[in-house]
Amino acid sequence: MSKITVSATVNGDAADFVCDATETLLDVLRDRLGLTGAKEGCGTGDCGACSVILNDRLVCACLVLGAEAQGAKIETVEGLANGETLHPLQRKFIEHAALQCGVCTPGFLVAAKSLIDHNPDPTEEQVRYWLAGNLCRCTGYDKIVRAVLDAAAEMREANHAA
Amino acid sequence: MPLDAKPGMDFKVIGTRPVRPDGIDKVTGRARFGADFNMPGQLTGRVLRSPHAHARVKSIDVSQALKLQGVKAVVTRDDFNADAVDPALMDVLVNVMARDKVLYEGHAVAAVAAVDAPTARQALKLIKVDYEILPHVTDVEEAMKPSAPVLHADMFTDGVEPRPTKASNIASRVEFGHGDVEAGFQQADVIVEREFRTEAAHQGYIEPHAVVASMGADGYAEMWCCTQGHFMVRNISAHLNGVDVSKLRVTASEIGGGFGGKTTVFLEPVALALSRKANRPVKLVMTRDEVFRASGPTSSSYVKVKIGAKKDGTITGAYAELAYQGGAFRGSPVDMGAMCTYACYDLKNVQVVGYDVVVNRPKQAAYRAPGAPQAAFGVESVIDELAQKLGMDPIDLRLKNAARDGTKSSYGPTFGPNGLIQTLEAAKNHPNYKVKLGPHQGRGVAVGFWFNFGGQTAVSMNVNIDGSIALAVGTPDIGGSRASMGLMAAEELGIAYDKVRTIVADTASLGFNDVTEGSRVTFSSGLATVQAARDAIKKMCGRAAQMWGIPEDAVEWKDGHAHPAGANAGNFPPMSLADIAKDAGNTGGPIAGHCEVNAEGAGISFATHLVDVEVDPQTGRTQVLRYTVIQDAGKAIHPTYVEGQYQGGAAQGVGWALNEEYIYGKDGRLQNAGFLDYRIPVCSDLPMIDTVIIEVPNPGHPYGVRGVGETGIVPPLGAVGNAVSHACGHRMTVVPMSPPRSLKAIKG
Ligand code: FES
Ligand code: FES
Repeated sequence: MSKITVSATVNGDAADFVCDATETLLDVLRDRLGLTGAKEGCGTGDCGACSVILNDRLVCACLVLGAEAQGAKIETVEGLANGETLHPLQRKFIEHAALQCGVCTPGFLVAAKSLIDHNPDPTEEQVRYWLAGNLCRCTGYDKIVRAVLDAAAEMREANHAA
Repeated sequence: MPLDAKPGMDFKVIGTRPVRPDGIDKVTGRARFGADFNMPGQLTGRVLRSPHAHARVKSIDVSQALKLQGVKAVVTRDDFNADAVDPALMDVLVNVMARDKVLYEGHAVAAVAAVDAPTARQALKLIKVDYEILPHVTDVEEAMKPSAPVLHADMFTDGVEPRPTKASNIASRVEFGHGDVEAGFQQADVIVEREFRTEAAHQGYIEPHAVVASMGADGYAEMWCCTQGHFMVRNISAHLNGVDVSKLRVTASEIGGGFGGKTTVFLEPVALALSRKANRPVKLVMTRDEVFRASGPTSSSYVKVKIGAKKDGTITGAYAELAYQGGAFRGSPVDMGAMCTYACYDLKNVQVVGYDVVVNRPKQAAYRAPGAPQAAFGVESVIDELAQKLGMDPIDLRLKNAARDGTKSSYGPTFGPNGLIQTLEAAKNHPNYKVKLGPHQGRGVAVGFWFNFGGQTAVSMNVNIDGSIALAVGTPDIGGSRASMGLMAAEELGIAYDKVRTIVADTASLGFNDVTEGSRVTFSSGLATVQAARDAIKKMCGRAAQMWGIPEDAVEWKDGHAHPAGANAGNFPPMSLADIAKDAGNTGGPIAGHCEVNAEGAGISFATHLVDVEVDPQTGRTQVLRYTVIQDAGKAIHPTYVEGQYQGGAAQGVGWALNEEYIYGKDGRLQNAGFLDYRIPVCSDLPMIDTVIIEVPNPGHPYGVRGVGETGIVPPLGAVGNAVSHACGHRMTVVPMSPPRSLKAIKG
């Protein structure tokens, strides 16, 4: 099978890769670029564990082909923290124990970041509906929702102060 | 193994809520789960699975697949020597690779290893399997009928006298109880008798099964996988492949949920066989479709309950009959279900009969308190109906009959101190029990029980030169247990929590550990951690004694320091753990504490759940409005994680109660093998889940710990069932109470 050459930007860095026409963006991130933060929970767009931000839009990386990423800007969980400084969402997830096993966590963090990017002051209901595409089997979502609301509040305050 | 409890002790770090040691790795994507591990030269494996529910495998021709460029190995039943396999593990072997018959749709028949996934997928298509299709049965009640197709010609029901001469799908019959139920029913003023059915639910862990196996030409092998028990994986994978246990080293990856579903092997022995044949590392990862079709869901069940009570609410007799299908092999959790059925009640006359049944479905695997929720659904529904008939508050009726300290349980043992009464009282006083309900709304109450396990456990604790501690445990961390172990070690040693690093050691580094199941980890590994810490303390006191030139028993350990015990021992300034560690090289070498134990004394745990729901009269859809979990933790080591266990168990129970079910077609094939059609609760389906932690110490643990993971899934089916029944004005008897079923109940 002949391969396709793709140039994209991943977490701010140039990323060039070759892939098969059938390979998903998730396969490319995990197997070709070594970014295993995004997980494959289903491969069919039903669990959100593979959530990444593609050109400012939240997508399931398992539903995008690697070849489609030509020229795209991609953000994954690996790019959330700024060096040693965790993103407020990451910090709040740890503080609230919003993870048990943690396999859903990268997807939730990316989805929640996209929510706060779009809506810095979400209500509990908005958080619940925005995150309804991300499955978590361990937590019952309670602590996840609290962590997201708390992080959003902290970020609003920080913006206010700035 | 009596360890000194510390009654009324003042804890310093136990009960605090520090962040978990693996937190940063898990929020940055650095944590390595099962599928995140790769080895140089690794091949991609795929498994060929049966499209039929029941068929004889006449032949398997792999020649074409082997000819495909890039295919490095194919394995089938012929690569496993069944004659050399321990009969007790025969079912495991047959389940990981079908032999003369396939017993369910999704049953593995062959596996390939190839240079990449497309090649492996193509190779599967080139394998020719000649099936002779046989009649199948997937329903538990159908399977018990004399006319049902029989799965195993050598299955004669155990536990029945005289032993049947005709093979059937009933693997065994069990019975528990005491007293005289018939006499009990005669004393009753009211009797309620009903039949219930529950469909099979899957554990639904978000991480599919994954393994990388690598065996060299010298026969030594390594494996990396996501499992609840890497020692179990090692023993079984080695045995099924005829390899010495010592030649296989298994490392447990981070595990993306298990809930019981990762307490057995599926891919691991196959990956090892492929790697041996290909002489290269092989990675096998299940798709979600395979997880649903080929890994273990829980049992579906038929449950009959009959309870009689006097006018004042005293239960005079209680009977139940359970039939659980365990998939295609014996071993459904009907025995545990039968033991738990009436465990919450103090009964004079009680009898429970259970049947373990096989059907053409995947082999069931444990799921959180295996067997208990199904039976509890029936019992808690009937108790609720009795309360209605007697005009009693459902909590008062339970309080009147609740098991207490000294109750002889329906399955035999006499209970020690436990917190059931306290959970019921807390429920009664909870603000959520007093909220006024609107139209189409209903409130449900239910109680639940789980035994909790102990088991084989080994822990080792190294005191490092700088006074920090390396704690190695052998039980994978599925919900923050490394933090709990670190807390217990810090508490016992008298040092700061962040001085302890807890790791999950591989199978070559530690003695055997049972799997993480039965809510045993915080109890057993915790107990072993405390014991190992005491061992290390004893050694450190010895070193201090040596340096001070006084006898060892003249030194005592307090607040992280060795002290001379009393004025007679001498006047030496206390020596810290770090001081002793620094000089270890001059006082006898490295200091380590160990504990190898078969932990006993796990404490039972009870819970009471409260739920309010609203059922849409147009669609039959149920929305959970409020949910409250009240459970006895014995002692909450890390309260946040205890709450997390309560909330997670309740959420899973709500999903099972309202939506989740395995749906089979007439062809014996699963119709909803994906998260779209097998719908687990999503964020917008649930409210916040309130929790109350009751602490009635377990006398069997030095800090009073009880397991907390399992009990939480026992009450929800009954609690939600009672709430929906009240909202619909009709007694619900089938789980899940999906919209069509509720709508039918409303319309009558
Ligand atoms: S893996 Fe992409 S949505 Fe589940
Ligand atoms: S923390 Fe395990 S799936 Fe969310």
